[in-house]
Amino acid sequence: MKIEVLFPEVANLYGELANIKFLVDGNKSYDVINSSLEKKPGFVSETPDLIYMGAMSEKSQELVINKLMPYKDRIGELIDKGTFMLFTGNAGEVFLDEILDEDDGSSIKGLGLIKGMAKRRMMHRHNSLYLGKCDLRGIEHPEIVAFKSQFTSTVYKEDYKPLFETLRGFGRGLIDGSNEGLRVNNFMSTDLLGPLLILNPYFTKGLLSDLGETEPELPFFDVAVDVYERRLKEFSDPERGFTY
Amino acid sequence: MNKLRFYIALWIAKFALFTMGILKYKGTNFPGHLAIKICPDFLKHIGKPERIIGITGTNGKTSVANMVVDSLGKDGVYPLNNSYGSNIHTGIATALLKDAGIFGESKKKMAILEIDERAMPLIMPYIKPEIMAVTNLFRDSMKRNAHPEYIAGILDKYIPDNAYMILNGDDIISSQLKPGNRRAYFGIDSLPTDLDHSINLINDSRICPNCSHKLLYTKVRYHHIGRCQCPNCGFKSPEVDFLGQDPDFSSKKMTILHRGSKHVFPQNSGGIHNLYNTLCVAAILYKIGYSLEEAANLMRNVSVVESRFSSEKCGNVIVSNQMAKENNAVGSSRAFDYISSLPGDKELILMMNCLGDQKHWSENTCWLYDCDFEFLNKDDIKHIIVTGPRGKDYHLRLLMAGVPEDKITWVENEMDAPDKLHYTPSESIFIFFGTDSLVLGNKVMEKTKEIARKKG
Repeated sequence: MKIEVLFPEVANLYGELANIKFLVDGNKSYDVINSSLEKKPGFVSETPDLIYMGAMSEKSQELVINKLMPYKDRIGELIDKGTFMLFTGNAGEVFLDEILDEDDGSSIKGLGLIKGMAKRRMMHRHNSLYLGKCDLRGIEHPEIVAFKSQFTSTVYKEDYKPLFETLRGFGRGLIDGSNEGLRVNNFMSTDLLGPLLILNPYFTKGLLSDLGETEPELPFFDVAVDVYERRLKEFSDPERGFTY
Repeated sequence: MNKLRFYIALWIAKFALFTMGILKYKGTNFPGHLAIKICPDFLKHIGKPERIIGITGTNGKTSVANMVVDSLGKDGVYPLNNSYGSNIHTGIATALLKDAGIFGESKKKMAILEIDERAMPLIMPYIKPEIMAVTNLFRDSMKRNAHPEYIAGILDKYIPDNAYMILNGDDIISSQLKPGNRRAYFGIDSLPTDLDHSINLINDSRICPNCSHKLLYTKVRYHHIGRCQCPNCGFKSPEVDFLGQDPDFSSKKMTILHRGSKHVFPQNSGGIHNLYNTLCVAAILYKIGYSLEEAANLMRNVSVVESRFSSEKCGNVIVSNQMAKENNAVGSSRAFDYISSLPGDKELILMMNCLGDQKHWSENTCWLYDCDFEFLNKDDIKHIIVTGPRGKDYHLRLLMAGVPEDKITWVENEMDAPDKLHYTPSESIFIFFGTDSLVLGNKVMEKTKEIARKKG
């Protein structure tokens, strides 16, 4: 399997690159291509099995938008073709129409592949826990546990299918109970941090199955499941606060 | 009306301060909190010393501020300071009102203030430092500080344009702050331990701040601390004005090269981070008006209070605590790097759990994957006990760092951890905990010492 990681030199906040390390540690034959800002992304000339990008700073979002803008049509083509893409944290915001700074009114034009807007408030950081569920085929345990830590809230202008159904916590628009992220074909975007794939080994296995792995392997699966089950129990406790 | 409210706030807060003094409460920011609650712009009205020296940055600001205060004390100068209080707006308010007269006038000529970088928006509109020292900028708590670029943006916005900046020239992030301000840089000359690339998971300065091309590092100490240049646009780390040379931890000395002259400074604490602290203190004292000879004399016998590390021989083993700030990947990485570099066999207890978070919600553990647990994958680290609410998270993280499963023991309850140690003669035992688990950590350490003594 070929995995392209976009711009790891900047899109590496909050331990997010460990999402890919978790996949690769389970299967050393996976080929990871790290595409830097200085080079043409690999997806321009070939089709990876999975494209991943993690959280980044606000300035880096602008760099990434500028870098990807010439390849906007190609990305659209890959989305239409069903290429798997996963964007975590604020990475997915670069595909929106716009990122608006609500403090000073300034705005950054995004790639415009997803109809919507991220609204940023730099002195109001949102921190919360998240409990939801996913609808991947054949997944053993659909519950998702993760964290949110962000300056933005996203509003979509079209009725996109959510990536996760929220059981507890804040989804789209940071609205209590709203569903989280979106999935367009196999383009998946979510604010959730964790790293998501490590905190949710069943989801990750399901994702690998969707990617065509008949017997997906994850490293230290038993320990990862133990961690997942403990966190799931914690997050399912109605007495537990969800917003910091 | 505003002034009346200020006086009411001042007098009530002063009474609170007086009462707390009688009750022997120390190091609280309650009086300042009370004052600001009553009068939200209390910091605007309270009298300030003529000279204010601010010290901020991710790591080392407490040590630097305390060393400056102690050094000045050697010269009979006792500046207003917040050594025993907090470094946010309420702590600053407490410090100011402590040394204020009955009508709020300042009784001191100088203030040395440690200032939390994230609290700048609440402090800087009212406090105008003449000198502002920034020790460094790293990733810190993601919940509060997000990332260093965010904090740099806050500092750029709120530090006054006329403040004289004292900056770490080996830190490409903080060295770029306030580009229009007058400034001096401190840094360290080549060290035998320098690398040519960062081996840490976190390096928040990989691309040129001017043209976004990949930076080329000529030397790296840790993370992004070192010297770099951009092969594309010529951008490079700034030349330093206070250059640390030839540090010798055994003779506790370091030479500082300044304008062509060398000055020998005492270096009473080990570790590269403490060299940077010494340089920062020397630069501040120089800017205050001391010659470097005078500064070196004042700094003699002044050292960091190492509550972050303590060590004791108990029976056949040495038991040490190692402060590892929870939610702070860089702090814990530095601690892991340091401990793993020490000679001899070791056993560790990892319990840097954020117990405060655990009471109300659940600790955000993303930082574990920013933190270099890989340093703990060493042959002479024989056994690692993971414990507390996030013990299983540490377990998984250690496995992902390559630590063999048979070296890891998980116990649910922290107080049971000492029972699981092997106490192999001549080994060292290190217990990692942060401020959140300080009380519990000390209890675990005492129990460990007790068992070690019995076995010895």
